[in-house]
Amino acid sequence: MKGQVKWLPLILFILLGAALTYGLAKPDNHNITSKMIGASAPSFALRPAVPGVPGLASADLANGKPHLVNIFASWCVPCVAEAPQLKAIADAGVPVVGIAVRDRPEALQRFLARNGNPFRAIGADDASQVQMAFGSSGVPESFVVDGKGMIRQQTIGPINPEDVPGVIAAVREAK
Amino acid sequence: MRRLLLAALIVGLAAAPVLADSDMPPAPLAYTQLPDARQEAQAQALMQTIRCLVCQGQSIADSDAELAGDMRAMVRARIAAGEKPEAIRAWLVRRYGAWVSYEPPLDRTTWLLWAAPVLFVLIGLLAARRSFRRRRG
Repeated sequence: MKGQVKWLPLILFILLGAALTYGLAKPDNHNITSKMIGASAPSFALRPAVPGVPGLASADLANGKPHLVNIFASWCVPCVAEAPQLKAIADAGVPVVGIAVRDRPEALQRFLARNGNPFRAIGADDASQVQMAFGSSGVPESFVVDGKGMIRQQTIGPINPEDVPGVIAAVREAK
Repeated sequence: MRRLLLAALIVGLAAAPVLADSDMPPAPLAYTQLPDARQEAQAQALMQTIRCLVCQGQSIADSDAELAGDMRAMVRARIAAGEKPEAIRAWLVRRYGAWVSYEPPLDRTTWLLWAAPVLFVLIGLLAARRSFRRRRG
């Protein structure tokens, strides 16, 4: 009995060391997932972010059709990389709407002229308030919102080319 | 060559923050206190216990990140509108999880955190008792 107890501190030390090594070696995940998945999209009404494209309100989301809500900004570099994928998703018939975070109309217009405009509507979120209401913490992020206005899925970071079929399928499923 | 590298480094360092942030000015209430001192104190107390979403080691009261500024503006606007600090905390926790709050609630995943000090004292007492008994015997 006494002989076994003698080894206990060493065993505990090795276990602690193994746990800490595992914690350090495990890839760090800084993504903060929204806890709003499965809940109704927050209610909001945003003015148009650029002239010529309508603004966005929560009522537009709960109109019986699923939408892809893209939270983006003209000053966000990964958003440029994401633009072709959004275009492909919009070309497949998915209604894509945008929430432009902290953006200026002129800057946004240049962004759309250069990268194309897949958005049916873009709301201006000047102080990130609607972004927070969605539980989003960065740009770009995309939310699948179903026809009843319920949030079904969140994509953190740009939608990559290989993600496009999955996103289209997720929006189609979210009737 | 060396000078070129240095120039590239300086340009790179100068350009980095421009790429990561918008060029919009901070929200009005991000850096301005509320006129009512009691409300501002309430807002400060709350902001010091809400985690910045993009810097992650700081509270939104400490951080200069744009999103932290927008979160401070949100907190101050809601406090000024008469909302209770705990209701604002609950609103944020609903969206980002208990992670966003520096005051972890007592629940199934955090009970050990709160119980650990008591447990360690108990273990220490037991160990001390055993060793004293042994010495006497």
